[in-house]
Amino acid sequence: MDTQFAQRRRRDLIVALCLAVIAALAPLFVKDVYVQNIMVLTLMYAALSQSWNILSGYCGQISLGHALYFGLGAYTTALLFTKFGVLPWFGMLAGGAISAVIAMALGYLCFRLRGHYFVIATIVIAEIALLLFQNWDWAGAALGIDIPMRGDSWLKFQFARSKLPYLYFALTLACIAWLVTWWLEDSKWGYWWRAVKDNPDAAESLGVVVFNSKMGAAAVSAFLVAIGGSFYAQFVSYIDPESVMGFQFSLLMALPAVLGGIGTLWGPALGAVILIPLTELTRSYVGGSGRGVDLIVYGALIVAISLALPKGLVSVFSWRRGAAR
Amino acid sequence: MGLLYGLIAAGLALIFGLMDVVNFAHGEFLMIAMYATFFLFAFFAIDPLLAAPLVAAALFVFGAVVYLLIVRFAMRAKANAGMVQIFSTFGLAIVMRGLAQFFFTPDYRSVTNSWVGGKTISIAGIYLPEPQLIGALVAIVAFVALYFFINRTDFGRALEATREDAGAVALVGIDKNRVFALGWGLGAALVGLAGAIMAIFFYVYPDVGASFALIAYVTVALGGFGSVFGAFAAGILVGLVEATTALILPPSLKSVGIYAVYLLVVFIRPRGLFGSM
Repeated sequence: MDTQFAQRRRRDLIVALCLAVIAALAPLFVKDVYVQNIMVLTLMYAALSQSWNILSGYCGQISLGHALYFGLGAYTTALLFTKFGVLPWFGMLAGGAISAVIAMALGYLCFRLRGHYFVIATIVIAEIALLLFQNWDWAGAALGIDIPMRGDSWLKFQFARSKLPYLYFALTLACIAWLVTWWLEDSKWGYWWRAVKDNPDAAESLGVVVFNSKMGAAAVSAFLVAIGGSFYAQFVSYIDPESVMGFQFSLLMALPAVLGGIGTLWGPALGAVILIPLTELTRSYVGGSGRGVDLIVYGALIVAISLALPKGLVSVFSWRRGAAR
Repeated sequence: MGLLYGLIAAGLALIFGLMDVVNFAHGEFLMIAMYATFFLFAFFAIDPLLAAPLVAAALFVFGAVVYLLIVRFAMRAKANAGMVQIFSTFGLAIVMRGLAQFFFTPDYRSVTNSWVGGKTISIAGIYLPEPQLIGALVAIVAFVALYFFINRTDFGRALEATREDAGAVALVGIDKNRVFALGWGLGAALVGLAGAIMAIFFYVYPDVGASFALIAYVTVALGGFGSVFGAFAAGILVGLVEATTALILPPSLKSVGIYAVYLLVVFIRPRGLFGSM
């Protein structure tokens, strides 16, 4: 059993490496900016969803307020850069650190809550932050922040025309999120989290410090999501509270993981690869009318997948593997 | 306003709390009800007050159909039941919003010149807007009816029993799907009633539901899951808190008070005010 597990982990790592190399080489062949843009978004959502999955999938603490950390990352970077001229790279780390600390502070208060009460608390906290940012004049209030372009440079992480640098950064981020998950899956923390998810009381009685393991998951998850937020701010160079902190965004972040397979290593990436291009394509091909046809298609798709494959798209693969054995 | 929140929340509490199913499309139920009221008024000149029972009846059917077509299957999921419910109803919400945009366009519409719209009434020197007052009365009547329905009829007992143990209930000859379909219908009918009255003094547009849905979830949780009375009491509290916050903070921050009260309550009482689950 152990060797089989080790084998699977090695195979996962090799598959991931191959996929990363393919993704890295793809831009050499795909020059279309529109397609490259979709690739950036897909990788970004894969990274975000993977990070969300750490707290909500592995540890079982369903958070529908992760837009808070995304927004904090985006705002920290954007504010530090526009107000104090701090380079986005430092802003990124600062945003991650702030988010991780806030996630632990909120976790300290919220982790006593269970089930729906916890989920609603996460929504409500993100919503309070959204309203505060909408009314915070120094941070641009509801209008948001425009990040001025000061010419292409890696130092300032701004590129007016080329999407490639963003694509490689998003790819790196997605790989980091995946690797962190891969590494945690077989670590002490990973086992604690799954124990906490399945039965917190039993886990506690066997010596797992439930509270601390939840805190750890929250910090890692928030840190990574905030980095994603910083990246997004640099990528679109304009942020406003609704688009980076809104409740919709919390759901969008969770969606790839849920459709792909919550609490699995491959679920978020698989979900993002299928969902994000579909979203973007329906938006540009049938959304042009402005009459919500894209919403109808998109919504119907979500209903269909979540009903047909409750364990997510990865279950299709594991089922085939099971049959082959 | 608080009583109307109570009514919206009571409908949600029935679905969410009593059947333990998450409905992320509740706000869109409200939106549909408001559109129905608007069109009955615009095309047939039926006043919202008369339309309310019609809308409630239509929503009853709609709620039952949604249960039979979607939710029934979502509840059957063995893995990740919670997430399946959240995202299948969330998908439904997106579809409904898309359909509303498609058929009704994103324009803001409003019911003008209804019997009570825009009028105020003076009771002992206090001026009260008539629509809100009528809304409050309807809400109280509906709530009392619901309370007796849940606690004093066979259907109410069947509903509660089915949630507790669907298997045992099947043994005594109760059809789970029928009970839950009726429950969904009833929950939707309540929100239909609320929608009909809110159409008198709120603009109707495809995204209108979203702004009320979140407050409705918070209200249900504040009252405590499994308690319809709790949802109603919490609705009144939420209305009061919102009004008070609007006095102290800028109007755009009025929801912050509601959210803060929710957090405060669950930190002290993790199961809400009257919750049993």
